[in-house]
Amino acid sequence: MILIITASIIGVVLLFASFLLKQTSSLLHLVTVLFAALFGVAIWESLQASAILTQSFYLDAIRVDRFTNQFNVLVTGCLFLYILLMKKHIAAVGKYKAEYFALIAFIMVGIFMLSSFNSLLVMFLGIEIVSIPQYILAGSDKENLKSTEASLKYFLMGAFSTGFLLMGITLLYGATGNFMVSEFNFLQATTVNPLALGGVLLLIIAFGFKVSAAPMHLWTPDVYDGTPTPFTAFMATLVKVAAFVGFMRLFQTSFTAISSSWSLVLSVVIALTLLIGNITAVFQQSVKRMLAYSSIAQAGFMLFAIISLNAIGRQGMLVYTIAYSVASISFFAILIKMKDYTYDGFNGLAKKQPYIAALATIYMLSLAGIPLTGGFMAKYYMLKAVLFQGSYMWLAIFALLMAAVSVYYYFKVIIAMYFKEGEAATVEPFSKEEQVYLTIGALSLLVVGIFPSLFTGSI
Amino acid sequence: MILISLLALPFVAALLSFMLPKQAKTLALLSSAIAVLITLYLSMHIAEGALDVSQAWLPDLGIQFALHADGLSCSLSLLTALVSFLVFLNLNNKEVSKTNSFYGLLLFAQTGLMGVFLASDGMLFYFFWELALIPIYFLSSIWGGENRIKVTFKFFIYTFIGSVMMLAGLIYLGLQTPGADAFSYHSLVAVGNSLSNTQQISLFVLFFLAFAIKMPIFPFHTWQPDAYDEAPTSVTIFLSALMVKMGLYAVLRWLMPVLPEGVNYWSNAVIILSIIGIIYASIIALQQTNIKRFIAYSSIAHMGLMCAAAFVQNDLAIHGVKVQMFTHGINIAGMWLVVSIIENRFQTKDMNALGGIATIMPKLAIAFVIIAFANIALPLTNGFVGEFMLFAGIFSSTHPNHILYMVLAGLGVILGAAYTLRMLQKVVFGTASSTQEVKDISINEWCVLGIVLSLIIALGVYAKPLLTLTSF
Repeated sequence: MILIITASIIGVVLLFASFLLKQTSSLLHLVTVLFAALFGVAIWESLQASAILTQSFYLDAIRVDRFTNQFNVLVTGCLFLYILLMKKHIAAVGKYKAEYFALIAFIMVGIFMLSSFNSLLVMFLGIEIVSIPQYILAGSDKENLKSTEASLKYFLMGAFSTGFLLMGITLLYGATGNFMVSEFNFLQATTVNPLALGGVLLLIIAFGFKVSAAPMHLWTPDVYDGTPTPFTAFMATLVKVAAFVGFMRLFQTSFTAISSSWSLVLSVVIALTLLIGNITAVFQQSVKRMLAYSSIAQAGFMLFAIISLNAIGRQGMLVYTIAYSVASISFFAILIKMKDYTYDGFNGLAKKQPYIAALATIYMLSLAGIPLTGGFMAKYYMLKAVLFQGSYMWLAIFALLMAAVSVYYYFKVIIAMYFKEGEAATVEPFSKEEQVYLTIGALSLLVVGIFPSLFTGSI
Repeated sequence: MILISLLALPFVAALLSFMLPKQAKTLALLSSAIAVLITLYLSMHIAEGALDVSQAWLPDLGIQFALHADGLSCSLSLLTALVSFLVFLNLNNKEVSKTNSFYGLLLFAQTGLMGVFLASDGMLFYFFWELALIPIYFLSSIWGGENRIKVTFKFFIYTFIGSVMMLAGLIYLGLQTPGADAFSYHSLVAVGNSLSNTQQISLFVLFFLAFAIKMPIFPFHTWQPDAYDEAPTSVTIFLSALMVKMGLYAVLRWLMPVLPEGVNYWSNAVIILSIIGIIYASIIALQQTNIKRFIAYSSIAHMGLMCAAAFVQNDLAIHGVKVQMFTHGINIAGMWLVVSIIENRFQTKDMNALGGIATIMPKLAIAFVIIAFANIALPLTNGFVGEFMLFAGIFSSTHPNHILYMVLAGLGVILGAAYTLRMLQKVVFGTASSTQEVKDISINEWCVLGIVLSLIIALGVYAKPLLTLTSF
């Protein structure tokens, strides 16, 4: 709860900073300090709350439990890494430097709401607070037509999905007479109320838009491609993971009892997401677009947590949060320095910058899910969750085959870096500072891969 | 402790050789020599009882760091150490580009292989299985031949698909017994045996796919000739002498005890595929003119015979497989060493362009002929011992069609003699193709071949140590 307030204050402070601080360097220092403070508050809050199981705020509209706290720590940690790696690039996007950081802080408010809501209204607020600043960020590179296109596309699609979301919430309210997720009581009813069922399906569609699950994924590649790269790195990782956490929170607390009536739909969505994400990623020429499709493919795996509805899935979500976000953010930080975003742009990187190439290899191996990296453990938890649930063995096998497909496009980057001759021209060299942050990213992936239980805690 | 040292030694040497490029050669040679001594010591004392190491690693996932060494593990880790030592000795007077990465990756591969042969926890086994693959992928892709990138990638994707299937099977088994040792050998065996026949039959497919691709069994073998052809010789030796054994080892160690009903159900199908593989590969080997592809196909035929024998599930046959895994490792390493010397001297791998080595390089010719004879399994070479046991095992098994299998597999032996002798004729004898001066083998090559030859003859004449080692 304090975290939500802190993030809002940071956002407001940064808005003031935009006209009080004229120098970019002092602004960047302030930003670093503020987001470090946010990380600190998240850790502090989680330590404070460790003894208490669940705290409620605002007439039970917000509930903070252990999962919330752990997720908040991980997400603010990843955000801090993101800020460290990207702050210079964010400031270089356009004129309104401080505003970008302020918008990111406001998005964090929405993310914290999504990880702690109990009322559907708070959930709706969270989703909107996350979405609206993103429309602005997507269009922040005003002179670039693609950026403007991305913003408009994202906005239209986002508004569309909001419609589904509101309609779903309305139907659920009609069926239960309640906004509180924990009060929905489907267990006692002998037959599923058709109103409630309609609501659940509409919510699946709405969240499907947000997490870019197929067939609601069509906006993703264009938006991710057109958005300035520093913001793509943010949207494709932390925001997406937060939408998943919201999705999971909603479905796990309230819809478990009627899971038989919606899980088949969701399983088809998952299979489609995996298929389309992976197969389309194979054919991409641009690494940035490949990452957009790979984020769809990874979403397929994350959806396992929602279909399996068990503790292993919840743990898997935490492992996925850190493994996927850290690998993607760090790799985006390398990509952003490349002159050429196609695979050929990476040709010969290993010769020119062996250390950076080695780090990039670790990120790629992790995204591909090779053992002893975080990505493997993330996928492992998800598979275990869905096999434990029992009824979707076919989905697990299919996902594994698709994971083998994903090796193809992730390894293409490694092949370009190591086995092909080329310039691998970078816009500017990697500073010592950035190399340290990138190393931290790689090390944390290895730690997650070898000791994942450090991050799943006691949920 | 001794088992952990077998893993730690190449791992530390690998890290060091990345950091100290100048010392990489010596480090690799030294560490693998020590590994040979350790494994020899282990083999001599294995009669006193199997060794076990068990350490909690990820208790809430049911994964332990558990190692186990019995006769089979021991003989294969001895083979790993020995072959690595031979590879490093052979490389000693040769120059490789990016020396430190080359040696470092080879040592990593050695770590992975040792781990595969020693692990007694299902997930740990899976980790090492992948760990052995990745360095090999980089080695072949960076130092390989012309088509290396495409070929190696195909190899990687093939084996990766296999291993993810194995992963699904493992997780399924592990979920049946939640607990801190869900994946340990004993709980997997207990769980596997308690499953119904249908479950075992479908799980068998998931596991066997991984192992069949690795061995490789017809029709999953298509990656192999290309990969052997394109990879640098040192890597090919690792692949053919050690990595393909991983598949067979996994069948013996994991598949047979864990899913006995699945094995029974599928054994006929697997044997038939293996026999098709033997005959198919032999016929292709008869027509090959590329000497590297020739060895690749002859290796597919040999692996097919071993796999068929493993699946008739007769004690003698299985003992024979264990023996043959060791001797085949030695022989094929010897074959590749000879071929690498020939390729190095004559700059060709086309059999038709070669010839008359017996007059140009008499020492090499002698070594080559002996190794080739061991490959045909002539009596008094080590190949004979294992092959005899395989056939005796198949013949005496209770399997309904064992006579037919035996006859068909025996055809493989005849074909084997035919294609090997044809190859010898073309390469070693005949008229010398080039008149240029070619140096006969150098001292360190002589040492390497000497070790291989003495093992071939020593184990051919007196096979008892190997038979005893593999019987534990």
